[in-house]
Amino acid sequence: MIRTTSRLRERLRQGAAHPSLAWVREAGEQYRTAPSPRPPVPWSRAAAHEGLLVAAGAPFVLPLLFLLTTDQFWLSCTALMVLFTGRLSRAQRSRFRALGGLAIPELPPAAPPGTPWPRRLLAWCTAESSYRQLGYHLVVGPLLTLLGAAALLGCGAGVLLSTVIGWGWMMPRGTAVRGGGQTPSVLIFTLIGAALLFAAPWLLVRIARIDRRAARALLGPSRARELQQRVADLAESRAGVVDAADAERRRIERDLHDGAQQRLVSLAMNLGLARKTLKDVSPEAMQVIVDAHEEAQAAIAELRDLVRGLHPVVLEDRGLDAALSGIAARAPLPVRLDVRLERRMASTVEAVAYFVVSEALANVAKHAQASRVDLSVSQLGPTLRIVITDDGIGGADPTRGTGLVGLRKRAASVDGTLTISSPLGGPTVITVELPCELS
Amino acid sequence: MRAVIAEDSVLLRVGLVKVLEAVGFEVVAAVGDAEALLAAVEEHRPQVVVTDVRMPPGFTDEGVRAALLIRRQWPEVAVLLLSQYVEERYAADLLASNTSGVGYLLKERVANVDDFVDALQRVAAGGTALDPEVVSQLLVRRHRDPLERLTPRERDVLKLMAQGHSNTAIAESLVVSDSAVAKHISSIFTKLELPTADATHRRVLAVLRYLGEG
Repeated sequence: MIRTTSRLRERLRQGAAHPSLAWVREAGEQYRTAPSPRPPVPWSRAAAHEGLLVAAGAPFVLPLLFLLTTDQFWLSCTALMVLFTGRLSRAQRSRFRALGGLAIPELPPAAPPGTPWPRRLLAWCTAESSYRQLGYHLVVGPLLTLLGAAALLGCGAGVLLSTVIGWGWMMPRGTAVRGGGQTPSVLIFTLIGAALLFAAPWLLVRIARIDRRAARALLGPSRARELQQRVADLAESRAGVVDAADAERRRIERDLHDGAQQRLVSLAMNLGLARKTLKDVSPEAMQVIVDAHEEAQAAIAELRDLVRGLHPVVLEDRGLDAALSGIAARAPLPVRLDVRLERRMASTVEAVAYFVVSEALANVAKHAQASRVDLSVSQLGPTLRIVITDDGIGGADPTRGTGLVGLRKRAASVDGTLTISSPLGGPTVITVELPCELS
Repeated sequence: MRAVIAEDSVLLRVGLVKVLEAVGFEVVAAVGDAEALLAAVEEHRPQVVVTDVRMPPGFTDEGVRAALLIRRQWPEVAVLLLSQYVEERYAADLLASNTSGVGYLLKERVANVDDFVDALQRVAAGGTALDPEVVSQLLVRRHRDPLERLTPRERDVLKLMAQGHSNTAIAESLVVSDSAVAKHISSIFTKLELPTADATHRRVLAVLRYLGEG
């Protein structure tokens, strides 16, 4: 909190477009997280702006006055209140946006538009946001505005009284200001005026600050709702990022296959042909051709491995089942594979599953000293379940960086989980559960 | 021997034509998609077809579908499929009806001209050629226990057998005698409860059938 405040002040010092309003605009930007910054000093332009914000709240006391002074229209007044709460909140939000530099997010409507009115009324009555808004319009807002009015009057009185020394002599003797010479009343009034000059603006900016907080809490979406929304947004954007990365890998793979790989195969083919058909070249030249041919084939193999690490085509074309048998067959130790999938799932999930299996098998080969691995993949409703069992030495620690941490992160990138059971002496069982579809 | 080539990449198509002509095939047509392939086969009735799996317009399994069609309509035409990756189901589909004169290789095998030509000639002569990767992928699938009872050496023999090699070729690559291979094979058949058959392709079919049962 303190750090945030000092950062704000630092940015202020560097000078925003309107220094007087900069800090409130900052406050608006920091709406979700930051505490309100320290109020400005009473004699600054920012304090004057705060006075304006408070003064603009005056018309909003009218509904309360209306309700308090009526004695026979209670019912209709209540109905009007229900009708106009939303509009009042909108007007208040615009006051804070225009004069307080604070953007309060709109509330979602209690009932979707087009709902018949009885049901809409019921929804309005049961929504907690309705009562928060009423609380602001009928209690907090008017109270703060009244206090603010007093502070504004205090400012005026301060100006008047602190200058009494200048115009006091024009008053007739015997008035409070010019008290017949017994009391140094002029001095007292001047002091009171000076005190008011300081205190009233000080009070004003604090009232404005409280008002901002109250409006933020009562006129905007509730914190829980907001966090829900935020989590939903983040989940969506993360899914987008994961998808985009995956699509990019696929694109690179395609480009490599359609370009470099084809050329290499063609080159190797020509060299192989030369090796097969050229009969009248010197042994040295033939050796060069043979070496080049071997080299080209090695390059093809390397490129193929690289592409498999990116996003194997088989995965995109034929799905996880087909891609997994490739990994299992290429593993450096015997793997038994059991795949039971009814349908394809989101391509990003398939990619994550593929890489998790591939990495896990590499991990087993590197660390477990296992003689065999059992790999089973199945779909349980909306969940994809991968179980990798090896008969190695066990003792795998998911918290130590032996690739298991990376695997867990990979699974977590699509809201999946990874659990490991690895007692010393084995067997090690890695269970990965992924959602079949990205939400 | 007359051959038809179907491959959408011009570069590889030209290369394939050169390789086939160099080893004595007569390439009567070289096309770029499955439709043209079927038309060419109908027109020329070649002895052997070499086709890519992914071709326009869909770039999925057009080549496989064309190959199955060719095998159904003109059983005398041998087909060698080239695929960017191994999909054992393609191989199983291809071998399901008849295992003589079919082959399924990874596309990059054409880089090793000798092996490729060897496989092509085997297929053209009515034999089988399966990529080693196809076989090892078939072997990782969970199946009934009999396979567990094979010795490592018997598994090696089974792999080579499934690729379409003859007893002599298996004996050469494992550096054992022909009679040892025959012994291994009869032991495999006994363990897998398969009817003993003498023709190579029937063995392949039996093995694949068994493995494909999952």
